[in-house]
Amino acid sequence: MRQVQHQSAFHPTVILWMMVGLSGFVLLPWYMLDDGLFSFSWVSDGYPFDSDVAPALFLVLQGQKMWLAPLGGLLVLPLALWGRRKNDPVFGNVLIAVGLSGLVWFFAQGYGISLRGWNAAFLTDMFGKLPERQFGMGWGAGLVGSAFLFLLTLGIAARGAVGGDVFVVSSIGLIVGLVTLFILLPILKMLGSALITEDGGYSLSSFAGKFLSLRIWGLGCITGGSRCGVAWNSLFLAVIVGIVTTLLGLVFALIATRTNARFQKLLRALTVLPVITPPFVIGLAIILLFGLSGVFTQGWAWLFDIQPTRWVYGLPGLLIAQTLAFTPIAFLVLIGVVEGVSPSMEEAAQTLRANRWQTFWTVSLPLMRPGLANAFLLGFIESMADFGNPLVLGGNFDVLSTEIFFAIVGAQYDQAQAAVLAIVLLVFTLSAFYAQRFWLGKKSYTTVAGKGDAGVHPPLPRGFTLSIGSVAAFWLMLTVLVYVTILYASFVKLWGVDFSLTFGHYIQAFSVGWNEFGLHWNGSAWDSFFTTLWIALVSALPTAIIGLLTAYLLVRQRFAGKGAFEFGTMLSFAIPGTVIGVSYVIAFNVPPIEITGTAIILIVSFIFRNMPVGVRAGVASMSQLDKSLDESSLTLGANSFQTFIRIILPLLRPAILAALVYSFVRAMTAISAVIFLVSARYDLSTSYIIGRVENNEYGIAIAYATALVFVMLAVIGCMQMIVGRRNIGRRGQAGSANQIQVPGGG
Amino acid sequence: MSVIKSNAASVEFRGVSKVYPGSKVAAVDDVSITVEQGKLVTLLGPSGCGKTTTLRMIAGLEFVTSGKIVIGGMDVTTLPATERDVSMVFQSYALFPHMTVRENVEYGLKFSGFPKKEIGERAMAGLMLVGLQDYGARLPSQLSGGQQQRVAVARALVLEPQVLLFDEPLSNLDAKLRRQVREDIRDLQIKLGLTVVYVTHDQEEALAVSDRIIVMNNAVVAQEGTPRDLYDAPANAFVADFIGEANLLDCEVTSVENGEASVRLGPVSLAMSARGRAPGPARLAVRPDRIDLVNPSTKNTLPATLTKVTYVGKHLECLAETEVGTFFAICHDVDAQVKPGDMVGLDFRGRGPVLIGD
Repeated sequence: MRQVQHQSAFHPTVILWMMVGLSGFVLLPWYMLDDGLFSFSWVSDGYPFDSDVAPALFLVLQGQKMWLAPLGGLLVLPLALWGRRKNDPVFGNVLIAVGLSGLVWFFAQGYGISLRGWNAAFLTDMFGKLPERQFGMGWGAGLVGSAFLFLLTLGIAARGAVGGDVFVVSSIGLIVGLVTLFILLPILKMLGSALITEDGGYSLSSFAGKFLSLRIWGLGCITGGSRCGVAWNSLFLAVIVGIVTTLLGLVFALIATRTNARFQKLLRALTVLPVITPPFVIGLAIILLFGLSGVFTQGWAWLFDIQPTRWVYGLPGLLIAQTLAFTPIAFLVLIGVVEGVSPSMEEAAQTLRANRWQTFWTVSLPLMRPGLANAFLLGFIESMADFGNPLVLGGNFDVLSTEIFFAIVGAQYDQAQAAVLAIVLLVFTLSAFYAQRFWLGKKSYTTVAGKGDAGVHPPLPRGFTLSIGSVAAFWLMLTVLVYVTILYASFVKLWGVDFSLTFGHYIQAFSVGWNEFGLHWNGSAWDSFFTTLWIALVSALPTAIIGLLTAYLLVRQRFAGKGAFEFGTMLSFAIPGTVIGVSYVIAFNVPPIEITGTAIILIVSFIFRNMPVGVRAGVASMSQLDKSLDESSLTLGANSFQTFIRIILPLLRPAILAALVYSFVRAMTAISAVIFLVSARYDLSTSYIIGRVENNEYGIAIAYATALVFVMLAVIGCMQMIVGRRNIGRRGQAGSANQIQVPGGG
Repeated sequence: MSVIKSNAASVEFRGVSKVYPGSKVAAVDDVSITVEQGKLVTLLGPSGCGKTTTLRMIAGLEFVTSGKIVIGGMDVTTLPATERDVSMVFQSYALFPHMTVRENVEYGLKFSGFPKKEIGERAMAGLMLVGLQDYGARLPSQLSGGQQQRVAVARALVLEPQVLLFDEPLSNLDAKLRRQVREDIRDLQIKLGLTVVYVTHDQEEALAVSDRIIVMNNAVVAQEGTPRDLYDAPANAFVADFIGEANLLDCEVTSVENGEASVRLGPVSLAMSARGRAPGPARLAVRPDRIDLVNPSTKNTLPATLTKVTYVGKHLECLAETEVGTFFAICHDVDAQVKPGDMVGLDFRGRGPVLIGD
C-alpha cells in the first residue's frame, strides 16, 4: 500500500457533507422564497426568525414545523463515527442508515405535509388535523436533501460498491436522484392524475372511460362519417413520416458516400438545419407557399380559375413539413450506416460475379437493415413528439401532442384528459424507443472492425444513381425554397395581400432607441429574446456536466444496475416534450417542489430535455479515448475524481464545447415542453412566436424566426471553427465532435 | 539530485479466481503464484488464457471474485489501484496526450505528497534513467514509439513502486527495436533490483527476459519455472508445444530404475529421466532442432522417409514419415544433400526427448 501521508481521525468527506447539511439546516431559509432562489432580500426580511425565511433550526426552536427536527438530529449522528476508518463495516453501515432514514423522512414530510396540512385523507384520519402547513422547499431543504444523499452514497462506497470508489458511487447517486426527481416522479405524478375524476376522487373506471374514448381511438374516418381518433391520426402520420424520411435519408446517404456528386458537401451542411431551425418554422413556410393565401395555391387558382382551398392544412401539410424537418436526422443516422458497410464485403461480392445492382441488393442493403430500422424509429418518435408543426398547420387533423396542449390551455382545463392523452403518446414513443434499444441494439450487423479496411465502395448502378440524384435534387430545391420563402416573407408587408417590401417587422420586433436612461430596447421581441438567451445559457452548463458525467459512468464504469441506469438516462429522449411539459405542470405547482411560473422550471426542463444530447456527445468521444489512459492515471496514484478532472475532461474539451453549444441551441429552439411552462414574466422566443402566429401576426413571427435561425447559425459556425482548430497532438482524433447526432428540437 | 531507488516487494496470489460479471467461465481459476522480491517473472500464454486479467488484478484494476492477493506481506485484495503501490506500463503506453513528457512523468508524483522541488528532481532523474532528459518539453505525439515506451517506463519508475507491471510492452514496436527495448528493460530491472511482472504472448521474448516464467492456459497455471526448465523439461503437451515447437509422440516406458527410464519408440530404445512415470504407455516430446538426420544404417536410429524439405535460409525444415508418426525436424546443415523421398535415420541425441504428462 502507498504510504498514506496523513490519516485524519474523521473522514474528510463525512465532514464536508455534514457541514453542507448543517448549513442548510441552520443557516439558509428552509422554504422557497417568493422572490425565487436567486434573490437575497430574505436577509433583511426578518431573518432568521420570521417563519417565511427562517432556517429549519429556528423554526423548530420557535416550536413550529416540529417534523423538521429529526432531520437535524440525523445530520449530527455521523459524529459517532469519530476515529473510525472507512473500511470499518460500522462506518459504512452507520452512514447508510443515516442517509437512508434522512432521505425517507425528508421526502415523507415533504410529500406528506403540504399547503393545507396533511396531504392525504388517511394521514388526517391517523394523526388528526394538522394546524400548520408548509410551502415548497428552498435552499435549506435542498442542501439537507443532498447531504443525506451523499452521506448515503459514501456509506455504500465504504461497504465496497464499485471498488469502494466514493466519487463514482456519489456520481451515480446524483444522477439517479436527479433523474428520479425530475423525470420519473413527474411522469408518475402525471400517471396518477389521469385517475382523478372531476370531483377530485380517484377512479379506475373513469380513467378507462377516458382512455378508451372514441375521441382517441375512434375509427370514424374508415367507416365513413365522423373523424378518426387522435391516436390513429398520430400513428398514421408518424408511420408515413418514418418511412418517407428513412427512404429520403438513405437516398442522401448513398449520394453522399457512394457517388462523386459535386453537392456532397452541401448535403452534409444540410444536416445542421434541423438543429438551428425552430420546429414550426418549416410549417410556417408551408403555409406561406401552399396555404390559403400561399403563392402556389393562389397561382394555381388563378391559372385554372378555381377557388383556392385550405387543402394543405392537415395531413398533407404535416407530411410535407415533417418530412422536410426530419429527413436530415435520418440522413445523419444512415450516413454512418452506409459508411459502416465494409467495402471488402462488396468487393468480395463483386469478385463472386455479382454485378453492381446485385451487389447492392444482396449485400449492401441487407447489411444496412438495422440502420434503416433505426432511422425509421427515430423519424417515428420525432413525428409523434412534434408539436410546433401540428399547431400551426394541423387544421382539423388533430394529433396527440396538440390535443394535450389544448386540454391544458383550452377552455376546459382538463388535467386528467391531458394526462390520459399524454399516456397514450408516451406508450407509442416508449415502445418505439424500446424497440430501437433492445431489439435493434442486440443485432448489429455493423461491419466496422478495429482494423483499417482498405478498399473502395463500388459505384452504384447508373440508372439508380440518376434516379436518386433527381429525388435529392428535388428535395434540395424544396428545402432551399422553404428557407428563401421564410427569409423573403420576413420583409414582406402582408403575405398574400400586399407583397411590397418593408423592414417594418424587424423594426417592430427589434428596434432599439435612446431615452433618458440610455439605450432602450423598444422592440416587442427583446424581452423574450433576452429571457431565452439567459435561460438557455444558464441551462447549458449543467446539461453538459450532467451529460458528460453520465457518459463517463456509462462508458468507463461497471456497476450493478447499469442497464437500468442507462435506460433511465436515455429515457427523456423518448418522452415527448409535451408530455414533459404537462407532467411538470402537474408535478411542480404544489409543494414540496413548487417552481411553476419561475425561471427555474424552464431551466430544469431544458436540462433534462437536453441531457441525452450531452450523454451522446460524451459517449461518442469518450469511447474514442483509450481506456488505458484512465487506468494508468489510477495506477499512478490519482483517484477517479482526479482522473476525471485532469485526464478525461481536458481530452474531451471539443465534446464539452459541442455539448454546451448544442444544449444552448436546443434550448433556444425548443417549444413543446416550454409552452406549458412559460409565464408572463418568463416568456421565451418560441412561445412568443407561436403566440404571434395564433394572432395571425405572421410578419413579426417570421421576422423573429428568421433572426433566431441566423443567431443559431452564427453560434454553430463559431463552434465549428473553434472545434475544428483544436489540436491536442493526437492522431485520428479530430472530427469526433462533428459526428454527434443531434435530433432537432421538439 | 534524486536517485531512483527500488522498494521492491514480493507478490503472492492465494487461490485467486476471477469471474467477470455476466460470464459463466472463470477468466482466472484458483491460481496460486508467488513472485519473489527483485525478480522478473513473465506471465506467458495464448490470448484469452487469463494472463492479462492476472496482471490487472495485481494492479488493482480488476478485483478478485475469490482468493487473496498479498503484496509486500500486506493483504491488498480489496484495495483499488489508486491505493496500491504498483505501477504499470501499458501496451499502448497510455501517455497523456495533452501533457508534455515531463508533466507525464510528474503526474504520479503529484499525488504522492512530494514537495514541488522534489517532484521536478525525481522526474528529471527518471527521464535520465531512460536517456530522455532532453525531451521533457515535448508532447508524446512528437516522440517515436520506442521513446514513448521509455517515457511510460520512466513515469512508472519514478514512483519507486513495490511492483512494476508490463503489459505486452513490445507489441507496438517494430521487430528490430524489440530486442533492444527488451534488453533495456531487463538491464534496468537488474540494476535497480525491481520486482517486475511482465505479460507477453511471445515465448521467445519470455525466454529472453525472465528469471521465471509462469505459463498460463485456460485460466490456470500450466507450468512455472526458469526459462531453461520450461524449454528442456516441459510438463505437458501444451507447454511443450507453446514454448518452442515439439514433436509429440506415443511411446512405451519399459522399465524405471533410479529415476532413469528406458523408453521404447518403435525400434529405438532411449534412456531419459522418468519424471515420476511408471512403466507403460507414455507421451514423448522431441524438439525439432534436437534431431539429427543420419545415415539410415546407423545403430539405434529411427528409419524415416523424407516427405518435404524446405529451405528457409538459416536452416532446412524437414518432414519425415516414420512408423511411429510424422516428425518435424530442423537440419542446421543447409548444404546437406537431402531431398524428398530420401531414406534417413533419425538420431535423438542424449538430452533431446522428454517424457511429458497429458
